[in-house]
Amino acid sequence: MKPQPEHNELAIDVTGLVKRFGDKTVVNGVDIHMPEGRVWGFLGPNGSGKTTTIRMICGLLEPSAGEGTCLGYNIRREANQIKLATGYMTQRFSFWEDLSLRENLEFVARLYNLRPRRTVVDETLEKLGLQHRQHQLCGELSGGWKQRLALAAVTMHKPRLLLLDEPTAGVDPQARREFWDEIHLLTQQGLTVLVSTHYMDEAERCDEIVYLAHGELITQGTVDAVVRESRLITFQARGKGVRQLAPTLKGKPGLEHIAYFGSALHVSGKHRELMLQSLNPSFQDGIQWEEISPSLEDVFISLMVDAGVDKRAYE
Amino acid sequence: MSTTLDSVQRIVAVLIKELIQMRRDRTTFAMMLGVPIMQLVLFGFAINLDPKHLPAAIYTEDNSPMVRRLVSAFEHSGYYDFVSVASSPQQGNALLERGEVSFFVYIPAGFTAQLVQGKRPQILVSADATDPAAASNAIGRLDGIIDNALRTELKGPLAHLQATPSPVEVVVHAKYNPEAITQYNIVPGLLGVILTMTSVMITAMAMTREQERGNLENLLAMPVRPVEVMVGKITPYILVGIVQAVVILSAAHFLFSVPFFGSLALLAFGILLFVITNLSLGFTFSTVAKNQMQAMQMTFFFFLPSILLSGFMFPFRGMPHWAQTIGECLPLTHFLRVVRGIMLKGNGLEQLHGEFSVLGIFILVFGTMAMLRYKNTLD
Ligand SMILES: Nc1ncnc2c1ncn2[C@@H]1O[C@H](COP(=O)(O)OP(=O)(O)OP(=O)(O)O)[C@@H](O)[C@H]1O
Ligand SMILES: [Mg+2]
Repeated sequence: MKPQPEHNELAIDVTGLVKRFGDKTVVNGVDIHMPEGRVWGFLGPNGSGKTTTIRMICGLLEPSAGEGTCLGYNIRREANQIKLATGYMTQRFSFWEDLSLRENLEFVARLYNLRPRRTVVDETLEKLGLQHRQHQLCGELSGGWKQRLALAAVTMHKPRLLLLDEPTAGVDPQARREFWDEIHLLTQQGLTVLVSTHYMDEAERCDEIVYLAHGELITQGTVDAVVRESRLITFQARGKGVRQLAPTLKGKPGLEHIAYFGSALHVSGKHRELMLQSLNPSFQDGIQWEEISPSLEDVFISLMVDAGVDKRAYE
Repeated sequence: MSTTLDSVQRIVAVLIKELIQMRRDRTTFAMMLGVPIMQLVLFGFAINLDPKHLPAAIYTEDNSPMVRRLVSAFEHSGYYDFVSVASSPQQGNALLERGEVSFFVYIPAGFTAQLVQGKRPQILVSADATDPAAASNAIGRLDGIIDNALRTELKGPLAHLQATPSPVEVVVHAKYNPEAITQYNIVPGLLGVILTMTSVMITAMAMTREQERGNLENLLAMPVRPVEVMVGKITPYILVGIVQAVVILSAAHFLFSVPFFGSLALLAFGILLFVITNLSLGFTFSTVAKNQMQAMQMTFFFFLPSILLSGFMFPFRGMPHWAQTIGECLPLTHFLRVVRGIMLKGNGLEQLHGEFSVLGIFILVFGTMAMLRYKNTLD
């Protein structure tokens, strides 16, 4: 295994990124300073601007305001160099469905001028374990296989930075684990990865997370730090009658949000006294209350509530 | 890093991808070959028909052997069948009006006497012009028929009357297109029409398809420049255009016996210019259209004036001034002059360099427009 690279070089170094479409501000002043060789998670509700930010970083969208570099190249002026050194996996599968697996990989290999082409493509197919299906059209692949093909295709030219936009959406748990094992393997070789996701378990596998809401960067740091800094207090209720509990608690002072996790109910807020007062009536037989450390998901729900109205409804 | 070789390599990448996709896309492929053949058959055969044995009426006020000779010459031409002898000029015109005959031939009194005196008597031919294409051939032959008939009659002391102008004045009462539409005119024209429609549409669609299917984002994220994408994407369709041209020109030769007086090489050059013009226009459309549907609509929006105002459907010089002005702005207009000029009139570069330059200018304008509009970003 190669030694971990020193973390003083920034793979992504952008400040004050803004993107407007018409008069709608979609990304509003996002700063990201991400060292090389790390895996960072990019989180936030639907429509929070994750995809838009990633596109600005790799030169696919011109920022309305803000400056920065990606791998040392200016994101406004040196998009071509950035494209040569990054692999961008789009949120929606974007390889050619009417080309076979092999033809898609050969196309990419030609564009990046990878030599010897045959060998590069053969090796990639072999690593994917898809040699026997190399002549199948991509459109015929299942969702999970499409994702794997896309990851293979965007890493084929040995990029220094990977931008993965929800790479595991709709992929089964086993395949997701393999996907992440692969990503960790790549980072051990010095690759930097920025990956957007809606899965908490994936967020927990990241070195750091960046959380966006309504185009603004709300928080960032390691999972532990994000949980700690949220100053969230969470009580968990279990037992008979928990299912009926939520409606009776809604709207009471201090109870910022209430959510079920499996069969348990989590009630979170920031003021312990206030919360205990509000919860008191439900300290009854059959229900066990317990204070727990909030999960990442509790924190995210709370961040979303804090960030204002849930705008997803009309987006 | 950005050497020409790398650039060529990337163009080849795009080109190969396009060729594979083209081969897989059966419907488009069928359209590329099916449309020309269908249009050829429909336009070519339907309009190519050289209508003969059209019903005609006759009224003569002069019954000399000379006139009888003329009448039988009309019949022998194969175009005129005298189905009715009118009892008066009015009745003859009424027959025409009712559509019972397509022509009414009126030879006034004193015809022979005036002819012999060299006074150029009139023959009045009224034609049903509702379908100008149907009547035009028969009318076009009139002078030939009359001259031929009289040549055999005007012998000996009358031989001096054979000199031009024709000893008889033919007065045709019909408004019809001066540039009579014939198969010779139609089939070369079809070459232009078919190339316009398929080239513009296919490129516009091929580009918007990438956008619709999300491939564009992927393509843009890879290190390929706009020019490389455009050249790589357009080249396969130049080949398609050439195949179409070969099909149509073969049909023109073997099926419709259209004469070919000019240089094939010059025509090939003209076709190449014209195809590239249309492809760059299609590319420009695709940078404006948001999806395949819009690309299709824009193609038709462009196709309609092309067909109507280029001189394909109606004689160019017969159109009102404003229509001619619009027509001059359409590539098809200039290509029609090139293709008809070369095939039918044997024109060379001396006559056609103007049209060639205009096509070149179109390529420059459309190509620049496409490059300016094609962004390297998703904005
Ligand atoms: N080209 C565009 N024109 C106008 N609005 C756009 C455009 N692209 C994105 N948006 C808007 O920008 C907002 C942010 O979109 P974006 O795709 O970046 O969100 P996201 O965080 O990736 O969401 P998701 O989790 O659903 O993928 C959305 O409201 C979207 O409607
Ligand atoms: Mg997204």
